[in-house]
Amino acid sequence: MVELLWLIPALPLAGFVVLLFFGKRIGEPLAGWLGTAMVALSFLVSIVVFIGLWDQPEHTYDLKLFSWIPAGSFHVDLAFLLDPLSMTMVLFITGIAALIHLYSIGYMHGDSRFPRFFTYLNLFVLSMLLLVLGDNLVVTFLGWEGVGACSYFLISFWFEKDANATAGKKAFITNRVGDWGFMVGTFVVFFTFGTVKYSEFLPLSPGLAQSTATLIAVMLFIGAIGKSAQIPLFIWLPDAMAGPTPVSALIHAATMVTAGVYLLVRVNPILAASFSWLPWLIAIVGALTALLAASIAIAQTDIKKVLAYSTVSQLGYMFLAVGSGGYSAAIFHMVTHAFFKACLFLGSGSVIHGMHEEQDMRRMGALRKLMPITAGTFIVGWLSIAGVPPFSGFWSKDDILSYALHKSPVLYAIGLFTALLTAFYMSRQVFLVFFGKARWGESGDAELAAMEAHTAAHDADATTDDARSDDLGEATVAAAADAGPVAVATEHHAHDVHPHESPWTMTIPLVVLAVLSALGGLLNLPFNENTELLNKWLEPVVGANQVHLGLSGAQLTVELVVSTIIALLGIAIAYGVYLQRRVDPERIELPLFANGWYIDHGISVFAGGPGRRLFELVATFDRVVIDGAVNGVGRLTRGGATRLRTVQNGYVRWYALMVGLGAVLIIAFVLTQVTF
Amino acid sequence: MDTSNLDIAYLALSAILFGLGGFGLLVRRNPLVMIMCVELMLNAVNLTFVTFGRMLDDISGQVIVFFVLVVAAAEVVVGLGLVVAMARRRPGATADDLRLLRG
Amino acid sequence: METAVFAVCAVIVILGGLGVIFSRNPVHSALSLVATLFAIAVLFLNLGAQLLAAVQVIVYTGAIVVLILFVMMLLGVDTDEDLDVEPLVGQRAFAAIIALGVVGAVLAVLIVGGHDAVTGARSVTAAVADGYENVYQLGRQLFTTYVFALEVTAGLLTIAVVGAVVLSHRPKDLQPLPEPESMTEQGDEPLTVTTEEGGH
Repeated sequence: MVELLWLIPALPLAGFVVLLFFGKRIGEPLAGWLGTAMVALSFLVSIVVFIGLWDQPEHTYDLKLFSWIPAGSFHVDLAFLLDPLSMTMVLFITGIAALIHLYSIGYMHGDSRFPRFFTYLNLFVLSMLLLVLGDNLVVTFLGWEGVGACSYFLISFWFEKDANATAGKKAFITNRVGDWGFMVGTFVVFFTFGTVKYSEFLPLSPGLAQSTATLIAVMLFIGAIGKSAQIPLFIWLPDAMAGPTPVSALIHAATMVTAGVYLLVRVNPILAASFSWLPWLIAIVGALTALLAASIAIAQTDIKKVLAYSTVSQLGYMFLAVGSGGYSAAIFHMVTHAFFKACLFLGSGSVIHGMHEEQDMRRMGALRKLMPITAGTFIVGWLSIAGVPPFSGFWSKDDILSYALHKSPVLYAIGLFTALLTAFYMSRQVFLVFFGKARWGESGDAELAAMEAHTAAHDADATTDDARSDDLGEATVAAAADAGPVAVATEHHAHDVHPHESPWTMTIPLVVLAVLSALGGLLNLPFNENTELLNKWLEPVVGANQVHLGLSGAQLTVELVVSTIIALLGIAIAYGVYLQRRVDPERIELPLFANGWYIDHGISVFAGGPGRRLFELVATFDRVVIDGAVNGVGRLTRGGATRLRTVQNGYVRWYALMVGLGAVLIIAFVLTQVTF
Repeated sequence: MDTSNLDIAYLALSAILFGLGGFGLLVRRNPLVMIMCVELMLNAVNLTFVTFGRMLDDISGQVIVFFVLVVAAAEVVVGLGLVVAMARRRPGATADDLRLLRG
Repeated sequence: METAVFAVCAVIVILGGLGVIFSRNPVHSALSLVATLFAIAVLFLNLGAQLLAAVQVIVYTGAIVVLILFVMMLLGVDTDEDLDVEPLVGQRAFAAIIALGVVGAVLAVLIVGGHDAVTGARSVTAAVADGYENVYQLGRQLFTTYVFALEVTAGLLTIAVVGAVVLSHRPKDLQPLPEPESMTEQGDEPLTVTTEEGGH
């Protein structure tokens, strides 16, 4: 059964090819159903393969399709490595992707490029599967670039709006920085081991020089930072929300952005062989990203932006887990996060859909009665991400916090504080959207006017700065510009908003994901060895380098109780602020947070000022030295030819003269050689 | 004067004739005269071949001259064909007037 | 006797050659060429190449020069050439240098080396034997040792004939040859400087 492995990526590929060539002819509903069916079939095959994998020795199966690059000693196969890690990834990728495909049929209804959307989605699933299934770094890189490209296509899917196009460019360019790290890492791996195949070089890594291992690990870590939106390369992810919401759910929450975590878990023997500061670095970057993104999330007004920063924050948790040696915890959180974040994103998409493309949470409220299914599933997702037991997020987050505490109390404290913020900003979102007063329609206009004035100042501030910046910094415009058109658009239909529940194609995925979010914790309950299913399952891949906590019952209980209290505290604060209005929200939603710590702004200023001068210097170098050399060669050739061509004057007698001259010279030369 | 010294004289004569032909080829502009100059050069070479043949007591020198004659005939035929084709298009043209291949 | 014949013929050859290259009228050149070729035929006789002498007279003076004269008359290209003008600067000086260089080199070799200048072993097999006719010997060589070259020569002549027919065939749409364009008109514009495209 495991031999069917090749079908898993082949089905989305088939869907992609068919949709690419016949998508327009297939037309609106059918193209979506075709794409959905392909991914769903892929998921079914994954289950079959999963069952088959149990019979394989060490739960590992290597399938070589064909020799891809046989270049001397550099040999790359297009081959798939199926082990517990990639199996886990494949299962949740295909599963969630199938649900989101189904959801998109409803969400993208009426879009003029409906078939193309599913073409891209299928291509994305194919690339993602290549990424996780690749049995060497090059195939992984192929998928890595494929998902990057799809991400770019889909962020800019509605490219008619400039902001969407620039957001796509920003994501692409930021990702390139990380890809550079991945590539250099791959080169160093080949240079060191002579192979890029995981099953060949990973077992050798314990014998590696620490410095080499660290170099590889740092380079791959840079790649992971770019893809998984960690400090300092996280800036692209919030802007990526310009894409359709299913894209945000699938690519920018559940799957693609976890590729960095996957990569680090995959090469865990290399991390283990590195200097001891490297795991520290990963953990610190993760913890700081989690904290920073969470702090930004508490002041966002765009329903998707909150979730975007939340994603960055949760990815930070995963890096914290990797850095603390809790690889299985990272994967655990990745899976549960995929469940509840996909659920939340799809829920927000449902809200946006029901509110007629309204994304500003300040214009929502009291939607739970109008959209009961959306509200119910969203609340499950909220409780899960907030870390309320027994929802899945509680278990996975607590798992990570246990590893963090084992690593350092400081990391644990940061993690806990972030958990508090998480619970707070998610509760804020839920209260603003589904509870309280209805601020859509006429009732909220007066209230909004005041708020508008408050934020407009910041927006205008940011916009003028951005306008000053040049094309290098223009990606940041996307962030600020997002709010503008939405606010304007709202003026037109603010009075005739009639929120409604979404069609069944959208609600079914929501319900499924909500159930998964609620029950996902069962995968890895921390009580004893037998309940840590995921831990045991991943043992062959990460077991050797996994930190073993050996928590006593009392320790575990304390940690679980602390986490629970923190989560409930966060919810309580949000309740007090946003429902009971005991504190003015503006005292919490500081401009510093609302503007993302002015990081985009700072980059714009840098890129517009000293950065620009630097780039212009580089451009001048390019123009004068590089182009000059190229043009110089051309001019030299041309100039030389202009002078030389006078020799070719067309007089046949002149040519004969030259022939004669040559003959005389040869005779003269021969005569000097002759002796009598 | 014995014949072996005379052989050297034959060679000297053919060298002078060759030089004359070459000079004429380079200097004259009338294509027909240029062809004639080529004939002069060919005949100078023929003379050396025959002379060498006698000096080395080898009939091959004369055989080669035979072939040179044939080639010269072919050359003249083609050369005159070219002159005719050229004169049709531009009557009175000299070799200098045909310089379409100038750089 | 041979020396006297040689002397007379040498004078005719050189005068004829000078006549070819210095006659303004091409017809005079052709007549001078006849004189030269005839003198060379006599020299061939002098050197014991009777067949070649006959062929020289028949083919060169009888056929080739007549053909040249025929073309001259047919096309009316027998106009005088102005030898006082030389459009190519330095052409004559260079031509003189080259001609003198070649002649000087050969003469120098002959004067310095004398008989030693002619290298090569005396032939044993293909000797110019006394007992046989010159025609017999030549024919024998042509049809034994050089038979392949002879056949190729036949091909060459055929091709030359076909070429001559093709060249002298009058095409229907006869275009006068254009005047050569001036040098500046032949795309002499400078390379496009890509400063405008610097931001690519």
